[in-house]
Amino acid sequence: MLAQVDTDFQEQITNTFEDLSNGVFSSEPESLQNWRKEAFSAFMDLGFPTIKNEDWKYTNVKPYLKSNFTIIPNLQEIQNGIPAKTENFFGKELSAYTVYVVNGKINFEKSNVPDTNSVRIQEISESYATDGFLSRLKCKRDYSINPFLALNNALFTQGIYIEVEKNFQLDKPIHLVHLSDLDQEYFQLAKNVVIARQGSHFELIESVENTGHNNFFRNASTEILVEPNATFNHYKLQKGSENIRMVEHTEVEQQADSQYNNYTFTFPGYQFVRNNLNLALTGSNIESHMYGLYLTGGKQLVDNHTLVDHQQPHCESNQLYKGIMMDKSRAVFNGKVYVHPIAQITNAFQQNNNILFSDNASVYSKPQLEIFADDVKCSHGSTIGQLDPEALFYLRARGISESEGRSLLVNAFAFDVAEKIENPEIRELLENEISKTMTGVEY
Amino acid sequence: MLKIKNLHASVEGNEILKGIDLDIKPGEIHAIMGPNGSGKSSLASVLAGKEEYEVTEGSIEFEGKDLLDMDPEIRAREGIFLAFQYPVEIPGVSNIGFLKTAINDIREHRQLPPLTAKEFLQRTKERQKLVDFNSKLVNRSLNEGFSGGEKKRNEIFQLAMLEPKLAILDETDSGLDIDALRIVADGVNKIQSENNAFLIITHYQRLLEYIVPDIVHVLAGGKIVKSGTKELALELEEKGYDWLKEDALNKTV
Ligand SMILES: Nc1ncnc2c1ncn2[C@@H]1O[C@H](COP(=O)(O)OP(=O)(O)O)[C@@H](O)[C@H]1O
Ligand SMILES: [Mg+2]
Repeated sequence: MLAQVDTDFQEQITNTFEDLSNGVFSSEPESLQNWRKEAFSAFMDLGFPTIKNEDWKYTNVKPYLKSNFTIIPNLQEIQNGIPAKTENFFGKELSAYTVYVVNGKINFEKSNVPDTNSVRIQEISESYATDGFLSRLKCKRDYSINPFLALNNALFTQGIYIEVEKNFQLDKPIHLVHLSDLDQEYFQLAKNVVIARQGSHFELIESVENTGHNNFFRNASTEILVEPNATFNHYKLQKGSENIRMVEHTEVEQQADSQYNNYTFTFPGYQFVRNNLNLALTGSNIESHMYGLYLTGGKQLVDNHTLVDHQQPHCESNQLYKGIMMDKSRAVFNGKVYVHPIAQITNAFQQNNNILFSDNASVYSKPQLEIFADDVKCSHGSTIGQLDPEALFYLRARGISESEGRSLLVNAFAFDVAEKIENPEIRELLENEISKTMTGVEY
Repeated sequence: MLKIKNLHASVEGNEILKGIDLDIKPGEIHAIMGPNGSGKSSLASVLAGKEEYEVTEGSIEFEGKDLLDMDPEIRAREGIFLAFQYPVEIPGVSNIGFLKTAINDIREHRQLPPLTAKEFLQRTKERQKLVDFNSKLVNRSLNEGFSGGEKKRNEIFQLAMLEPKLAILDETDSGLDIDALRIVADGVNKIQSENNAFLIITHYQRLLEYIVPDIVHVLAGGKIVKSGTKELALELEEKGYDWLKEDALNKTV
């Protein structure tokens, strides 16, 4: 039974699944219906994860599920054509093809979709017949460590499908802005599928904001395929309203000679964020970079779980995650690297550095390396510390005040990740945000 | 300018400085020599305001003000500069950016307007030349990946930029080859004036051939055991420190 939540929510989940199975799901392809049933029964067996689940040991989701959440599968009826507010979200000033996804549905009227047949941006519910879509959507995943994904697969009705055609290079990033503005306590189930066809090259930015005044839980999952020779830069800009709680599950399959770069930046705001980022390197000569910065404040809980699965030889993966924890916030980093026996000549690097900026903040950092090949260059490092007192003294001995010195050092610490961002506009936005967040923060 | 009286200081409960008296006047150059571990860097650290050091007895006056009452940054703004024996590397903090902040903080403290961008650039160019400091290094992260000699030269470049009243050089000569040593010494000699003073800590008398001190002190076992003219430095070079140590020991018995 779902010990983690109250009976109303349990019933709602069961009823929603039944209603949908008899409703919209019944017109979906049969294979999809079976896949959903499997996911549903997996979720019913597992329930929401508890801290007994090794992958959720330091992240107790129970308090974040305690609300009168409503799953609203048929939003169109409720939305009543009222346009959502779009004034405020982090990253608004970026020049991009901005695509507004309002309460789970694309608002084409407000959006600026690239004017080309080489880029497809559409609702998932209209994509089942698209070549390769279903098999990507239905990739087999381990539900036991990802109960939220099981629930997502069983119940989602909304989501976006993005496909960039072979060899196409998009001139500006696509910016997916996930907005919600509902008055209910909304439990959103969103699914995205992204396919970067052979040799394509593009960037995707994602922002999430809730302008409603009630708690909002976003359970989102994204399936990504990066075909041979394609390059895909993926930015997650996580800053917004304090009533947001979210689990973002991202699965990436990279094929030969491809490049995938993920940048996940989390600032004070959202009450709870869990990012799962799983990369499967299924070809040779792949490059993967994962850069994360979590700058946490208030009572925030930010959890980054990563997995890089080296299945083939001659690949390189590089993870750099840095955290600065302020106030009473908590952070978790768990980075797993798995190198299969045939994956010779693998380079896998992982670095996680943390600074506790308050006595009441905490962080758990856990690298997990499982290496079964012998010709492997692997390194990992994990540090938790305060600012270097020698460095601070050096600055003060030159006439710089203690607080100014701290802010210089903390900026330097965080900028190290920010400077890896290729897109100059995004880099500037994030650097400014780092400065703004850290200026005047007292230790 | 600087009056140290009966200074005792300890770190982690161990007394390191055991009663130091020192009087430095404007325009003077003092040298402090002494064996490893005698407390030379400790004295410099106490002057700069390092918090690990606890002053248990004595006083330090700087231009009539109680130095021990001031935070490290206030001391710097009042005009004390320490060229560190081991300058730290600070990745991500730009050398030039941090200097600009420091200069303007110091100027504000002295009720001077901030330097304009042009003035700052002008000063940078000029002082860089003065100590022959590579302009590429000026724009890099603070000491990051610098060689030992480059770090030491950067300290002197910063000294030239910040124009302190009292500059303390802690073994700036170690790690410098003879050419670099000469350049650094020339720089110091150009900066030296009637209005500022230098306290030069060194292990060898080599540097003192180029920067001629008015007074040489010998620090041993946390005390100044001997003071004299520049000839004392030569004597030390010849005889080593052992005779002095015994001397000091005898005195305390
Ligand atoms: N942070 C510290 N903790 C404990 N002992 C220290 C510390 N710093 C210096 N010392 C001790 O103080 C003594 C003097 O050191 P130092 O001032 O560096 O000497 P010098 O510069 O003359 O070589 C040494 O015995 C050294 O071990
Ligand atoms: Mg020393």
